[in-house]
Amino acid sequence: MSLLTVSGSPHVYSKESVSKIMYGVIISLIPAMLISFYFFSLAAILLTLTAVVSCMAFEFLIQKYLIKGPVTVFDGSAIITGILLAFNVPSSLPLWMMVIGSAVAIGMGKMTFGGLGKNPFNPALVGRVFLLISFPVEMTTWPKPTEFSTQLTDVVTGPTPLAVMKEGIAAGRDASEVMAEIPSYVQMLYGNMGGSIGEISAIALLIGGIYMLARKIITWHIPVSYIGSVVIFSGILWLINPEIYVDPLFHLITGGMMLGALYMATDMVTSPMSAKGMIVFGIGCGVLTMVIRLFGAYPEGVSFAILIMNAFVPLINTYIKPKRFGEEVKDV
Amino acid sequence: MNEITLISVISLGSLGAIAAIVLYFVAQKFKVIEDPRIDVVEEKLPGANCGGCGLAGCRALAEAIVKAESLEGFSCPPGGNEAMKDIADALGLVAEESEPMIAVLRCNGTRENSPPKVKYEGATTCQFAHSLFSGEGGCPYGCLGCGDCVLACSFDAMYMDEKTGLPVIIDDKCVACGKCVQACPRNIIQMRKKGKKSRRIFVSCINTEKGGVARKSCKVACIGCGKCVKECKFEAITLENFLAYIDYEKCKLCRKCPPVCPTGAIHELNFPPRKEKKEEKAQENA
Amino acid sequence: MKTFKIGGVHPPENKLSKDAAIEVLDIPKTVYIPLSQHLGVPAVPVVKKGDTVKTGQLIAKGEAFISANIHSSVSGKVAKIDDVIDTSGYRKTCIIVETEGDEWEPDIDRSPDLKEDCSLTPEEIIKKVQEKGIVGLGGATFPSHVKLMVPKGKKADILIINGVECEPCLTADHRLMLEKAKEMLVGISIQMKALGVEKAIIGIENNKPDAIKHISELASGYKGISVESLKVKYPQGGEKQLIKALINREVPSGKLPIEVGAVVHNVGTSLAVYEAVQKNKPLIERVVTVSGSKIDKPSNFLVRIGTPVSALLEASGGIPENTGKVVNGGPMMGKALNNLDAPVAKGTSGILLFPEREVPRKPMLNCIRCAKCISVCCMGLEPYLLAILADKERFEECENEKIMDCIECGSCLYICPSGRPLLDNIRVGKNKVGQLMRSRASN
Repeated sequence: MSLLTVSGSPHVYSKESVSKIMYGVIISLIPAMLISFYFFSLAAILLTLTAVVSCMAFEFLIQKYLIKGPVTVFDGSAIITGILLAFNVPSSLPLWMMVIGSAVAIGMGKMTFGGLGKNPFNPALVGRVFLLISFPVEMTTWPKPTEFSTQLTDVVTGPTPLAVMKEGIAAGRDASEVMAEIPSYVQMLYGNMGGSIGEISAIALLIGGIYMLARKIITWHIPVSYIGSVVIFSGILWLINPEIYVDPLFHLITGGMMLGALYMATDMVTSPMSAKGMIVFGIGCGVLTMVIRLFGAYPEGVSFAILIMNAFVPLINTYIKPKRFGEEVKDV
Repeated sequence: MNEITLISVISLGSLGAIAAIVLYFVAQKFKVIEDPRIDVVEEKLPGANCGGCGLAGCRALAEAIVKAESLEGFSCPPGGNEAMKDIADALGLVAEESEPMIAVLRCNGTRENSPPKVKYEGATTCQFAHSLFSGEGGCPYGCLGCGDCVLACSFDAMYMDEKTGLPVIIDDKCVACGKCVQACPRNIIQMRKKGKKSRRIFVSCINTEKGGVARKSCKVACIGCGKCVKECKFEAITLENFLAYIDYEKCKLCRKCPPVCPTGAIHELNFPPRKEKKEEKAQENA
Repeated sequence: MKTFKIGGVHPPENKLSKDAAIEVLDIPKTVYIPLSQHLGVPAVPVVKKGDTVKTGQLIAKGEAFISANIHSSVSGKVAKIDDVIDTSGYRKTCIIVETEGDEWEPDIDRSPDLKEDCSLTPEEIIKKVQEKGIVGLGGATFPSHVKLMVPKGKKADILIINGVECEPCLTADHRLMLEKAKEMLVGISIQMKALGVEKAIIGIENNKPDAIKHISELASGYKGISVESLKVKYPQGGEKQLIKALINREVPSGKLPIEVGAVVHNVGTSLAVYEAVQKNKPLIERVVTVSGSKIDKPSNFLVRIGTPVSALLEASGGIPENTGKVVNGGPMMGKALNNLDAPVAKGTSGILLFPEREVPRKPMLNCIRCAKCISVCCMGLEPYLLAILADKERFEECENEKIMDCIECGSCLYICPSGRPLLDNIRVGKNKVGQLMRSRASN
C-alpha cells in the first residue's frame, strides 16, 4: 500500500472546474456565432478565427516567455476573450487590426495584472475600446448583413440603428419618423441589422444566456438588473417625450445591449461577488449605458458603461456584503 | 473669441485661487509638528521594516529612540552596531554594543532521516499543517516543510532545500530579525549568538518525547541519553524532558560534544574539518 | 418542504451502508481509551497501571465544568497510561486496558426491556448524564450535561433532535433511528424533562423515508414530540442551520442556540441519555459506519470505545488495495487519519476509505471570482476573502468579516472550481483570531 494522504476536510470535491465553466460559456456562444456566420459570411468566420488563434497565441507567448510560469492556454478563457472580441467588431475590420486588438486584450487587459482572475477590466472590452479609439473609422463602418455567401468583396455598408437614431434626433427629426429608416423589430431581433459581428441577434444571445443560467455559470442578478434598469430609464424618458426618445424595446435589441448584459457584464472575474453587489453593478451599467447612448457623443455606450462599472467593482465588494447568517436578530 | 478666453481664464483662475486658500487653511489646521530628528534617525536605519527591533518598523524605532533620548535597550539587528553608531553620532548619544545573532534550525528531519509515513495535501502553510497532524515524518516537533519561515524572511536569507524538505539559512544574509522565529508554528527556529567566524554548536532537535518514541519517527532525534552533558566541561549543556540544550552563553565551542552524540543530533557549523579524528581512525585501522 | 435558506451544497450521498443492520463488533484484545474524547478539558485518570477494571467502571474523571467522565469499555487490567497517536493526528494520553472476559459493573441494567417511566428530577437527570460521561455524538462531542443546563437568565422552549445526518456516506444515525427508535423517544422525553420544555421536534432529511415513517408512527405515543421531514441539503445538520430550517429562528452571530430558546441534541445522544438515566449505562460504545466505494462490506458496527480503527476495517473485509485516504467522520467534515491504529473515540461517527484516484484535490489555479463559495456558504460569509486575508495574515480584518462565524462545513472548498484551499486558510485564520480574542479577553 502506498502512503496515506492527510488533508483538511472536506474530502470530496465537486466536479466544477475552471475549464468546464469556460467551455460552458463557449458552448453558449455558439448560436450567436452561427447567426453571425450566416449574416456576415466568410468575413465573420475569418475574424473570429483570427481573434481566437491570436488571443491563444499571445497568452501562450506571454505565459511561456515573459512570465515563465505555467501555461494555461487551454482553460478556455483566452478562447472566450477571442470570441467576444471578434463579436464586438464590424465584419469589415482588417484582420491585422484584429491581431492588434487581441494583443491588447490579452497583453494589456489580462496578463499585465497577473493572468486569469486578476484583471480588473474585461479583456475583450479593453481590446475593443482600444480598437475603437485607435481606428475609429474602421471600427464604425458597419457592413450590412447579407445572406450567406463566400465572397469577401462588394459589401454594402451603412450605419447601425443606434447611429441612425442618434443622428436623426440630433438633426431635429421625430423619433417615429427615424424609425421608418431602420429595420423592423422582428428583423432586428433575429439579427438583420447593421452592427458588430456578434451583437446583432438578440434571440441567439438570449438562448445562450438561458443555457448559462441553466448551467449555473451566471446568476440572474446582473442581466436582470442591467436590462431592467435600461428598460426603466429609457421607459421613463419615452413616456415623457416620445418624440425624441425611443421606446425601451429598441434599446434592448439594438447595439451591444444583449451581448453586454449577458456576456460582458456577467464576466465572473470583473463583476462583484455578492448578489446585492451584482444588482448594484447591473443598475450602474444600465444607467451609464443609457446616459452615454442618449446624452453622450457615441451612439453606443455598453462597452464604456461596463468598463466604468468594472472599475467600481472593488469598491462594491468592500461595501456591499452578502447577508450574514444571524445578522438581524428576529423577534421570537 | 476674446470674451471666451477671458471667461475661462477668470473662472479657472478664481477656482484655483479658492482651492489654494482652502488648502492653505486645511494644511494649517491639520499641521503635524514632528521632531525633525526622527527623519534623521530613520535615514540611518536599513528601511526593511522587518520588525527585528520589536517595534512596528523603522519609523517606529526612530520615533522611540528620539522620544527616549537614549539608545539604551534599542537595537537594530539588520543594521547592526554600525547603524546604531551612526545614530548615536547624529544624536550625540552613546551606542550600546550588541552581539550579532543568527537564526538556527533545530531540526534535521530530512526525508532520509525521517522518512514520510503519510502524504500531506492542502494549503502550503505550516500553520495549517501543524493544526492538522504531526507531520509527514511523524515527529510532532519536527519541521513540516511548508516554508512559512522562508516566506516570512524579508532578506532572502532562507530557501527550501527540495531534496531534504528543510529550510536552509544562509549565514551571510541572515540579520537575525526574528521573523522566521515568529513564523514557525513549532518554534524550531531559534536565535543564537553568531560566534566567531559564525561558528556555532547546537542540538538540532527539539523533540521532548521519550528516546524510543522520538527515535521511531526520526533517526537523528535527540534521545536524551545525557552523554553530551557528561562530556561538557563548562556545564553549558542541560537535559530536560529527554532533550539536551546547549546554552550559547556558556558554550566555549570546544567541539567535544558532537562526536559523543549517538544519533548525531548535535551539529557544528563552519568549523574546519576534524583532523585528529581521522588520524586516530587511521591509526586504529592500521 | 423545509430547509435552511442561505447557501448549502448537494454532494453525492453515497449512503452505501444504509441497509446494513447494526452489527456488534467483537471486543478487541486491547483498548486504547483517550483521555480527551470531548470538547473541553481532558479527563484526569483515577486508575493506575495494574488496576483491574470492570466494563463501565469510571477510569477518568472530568473535573472541569466543560469536561466529561470516561469509563472503561472492557473489563481487564490497565496495562499502562501512555501516549498513543489518536484521531487528532497527535500523540495523546490514553489508558490502555488489556481485555480479560467481559464483566460489567453490577448496577448496569443490560436487559433489552424498554423502561419508560422516569421519576428523577431534572437535576438528578443532569447529574446522571454527567456521571455517565455522555457527550454530543453528532461529532462535536460537547459534554451533554452542559447543554442540558439552561444558563441563568435564559429560557429554553424547544428541544430539537438532530436526525438529519447530512454528511454523505454516514448511516449510523439512520440505522439507530430504525433499530432503537423506542429507546430514543424515551431518551428525548427525559431530555425534555431535564430542560423543562414542552415541545421537541425531530428533524430528518427526506432521503431517509423509512426512518421518518417509523419514528412518526412511534412518536405519536409521546406528548409533545413531533417529526419533521426536511429537504436534503448539506450542512443541514449544523445546529444553526437546523434551527433555522425547523423553527425559522436565526441564532445571532457568535451566540449559542439557547439565545433563541432552542437546544439541539443528536439522535445518538438521546439514546445514550436513555441508557445512562434508565439503565445506568455509561457511554462506552457507539455505532460507527465503515464505508467506502471499494470496501467489501460497508457496515454499521456497535463498537466499544477504544477499539483500534484497524479492527473495524478488518471486520468489514479488510483495507482494499490502493486506499489513498482514511477519514474519521464524514467526507465533508471528517479528519484524515495518519495512523490506522488510532482508537475509536466518542465522536467517531464513521470510518471512510477513499481509493487513491478519489484523493487528489483539483489542481490549484487562480481564483476566478466566480462567487460560488459565497453562494454556498451557509453562514453568508465570503470564503474567498477570508482565505486571502488569513493567508496575508490580516487577522483583524478577518475578525471584522466574521471569520469566527464559520462552521467549517467545507462547502466552499467542495465547490471551488479553481481547487483553492479556502477552508485550510480559513482555519488558520480562525485559529489566530481566536488567539487574538482570548489574549484581548485576558488583558
